[in-house]
Amino acid sequence: MVVSTEPWQKAEIPGPSKAQVITKPEVVSALIKRAKRPLLIVGHTSIDVQLTGSSVIDYIIRIAENAKIPVVATAHVENEFLKRKFQVDASLPAVDVANRLCDPNWKGIDGGGPYDLALFVGLPYYMQWLILSGLKHFSPNLKTVSLDMHYQPQASWSFSNVTSQEWEENLKVIIQKLGGN
Amino acid sequence: MRTGRGAIQDVEIRNVGGPIVMGEIPGVVALVGCSNYPKGVKEVAEIAVEFAKRHYIVLTSGCAAMSIAAVKDEEGKSPYENYPGTFDAGGIVNVGSCVSNAHIAGAAIKIASIFAKRRLRGNYEEIADYILNRVGAVGVGWGAMSQKAASIASGFWRLGIPVIVGPHGSKYRRMLLGRQDLAEDWYVHDARSGRRIYVGPVPEHLFCAVETKEEAMVLMAKLCMRPNDTSKGRSIKLTHYIDLSRRLYGSIPDDLPLFVRTLADVPITMKDEIVNILNSKGWKENVIPDPTLLPKLIRERG
Repeated sequence: MVVSTEPWQKAEIPGPSKAQVITKPEVVSALIKRAKRPLLIVGHTSIDVQLTGSSVIDYIIRIAENAKIPVVATAHVENEFLKRKFQVDASLPAVDVANRLCDPNWKGIDGGGPYDLALFVGLPYYMQWLILSGLKHFSPNLKTVSLDMHYQPQASWSFSNVTSQEWEENLKVIIQKLGGN
Repeated sequence: MRTGRGAIQDVEIRNVGGPIVMGEIPGVVALVGCSNYPKGVKEVAEIAVEFAKRHYIVLTSGCAAMSIAAVKDEEGKSPYENYPGTFDAGGIVNVGSCVSNAHIAGAAIKIASIFAKRRLRGNYEEIADYILNRVGAVGVGWGAMSQKAASIASGFWRLGIPVIVGPHGSKYRRMLLGRQDLAEDWYVHDARSGRRIYVGPVPEHLFCAVETKEEAMVLMAKLCMRPNDTSKGRSIKLTHYIDLSRRLYGSIPDDLPLFVRTLADVPITMKDEIVNILNSKGWKENVIPDPTLLPKLIRERG
């Protein structure tokens, strides 16, 4: 696998602090297992992208179920989760949940306290970039992970720019390491 | 395409004042801004038609107005040919070019002037306070990308009109987001008694970027609610909010109890279902105030 860590969008220059590249998908499952309060934020492109096995949202559901992570659906993604008989924990605009994550006093969607790990998948690249940039600067205690197939330098951890086949394999390995199949 | 028509006249405002206050017209939505749409011109026309069908007043301007004209139905007709150009329920009104957005803000200001007799000269704060608390208007810059669109959006939100932008609008790097989970943020003065009263998160955001047209439509219906809605008006606005949420999100919105002040606000056709939800979430009845954020407008100190 050739590791490409250029920002996917030209002229998006991240500054000196860039995301660590997830070279092995096991890193993601380890981060999730180690986190005390993780949160998974799922955007609408997870519906649009179809991988060979199933759509991205199906993989996300398996990750959420195996890791028992609360899920925030943005845009109209909640509908797709409900069609797959999966109940999300909240449905909020992406910028709204990002705004709340910047607040150290936010008790979370379940009232259990602030989150220490936020995983993002399925947001438009440029929107996720800006949200991650905001979190990098204004939410210092939060680690962020981009599960998308393009390198997101504003996250704490991100995959490099990978092909859809490699991305699918990565998602499968994450699910396996979380105890799924 | 329908020619840009310019300012909304006082007489037109007078004709819709009653229906807007009573809720028969649930709100005024303005589709404005550039054409940097995430998925092409069709979406902005779909938003216009959806809200015209729901008897909102739909205003358009600039690139968004042109994009709406570019979309034809199966009979080859554009939304402008299918819906009237009157400033009334179900109308799609092209006010003109992008700089004609001033006519949309002007219509909101005229409502404050005509119905509340607010002085126009040197009185911005009272007019903005009136619009924020009473006029159910929302701006949508679905393809907003230019500096001009940003300044237009800024002109609307400072007047108390929430603005929704498409995903590319996130690149403005500024959002004005409310927090519906913080109850202390949503208190107003009751101008009648001077008491501080909780009115719920209405309107929740003043500037918000969304990802999809479905999300925009649900948020538009939500942001049309105002603290001073009559029970009938709130009931009709909630009907649209719930209906859009059910169709596009597949569920009744979680935050519904925050928008119900009294049982008279509950849409009559969904009463049993919604009352069950309210009871399960520990909802308590509240009062409908004469809302203002300006202490100087309190008529009697409590």
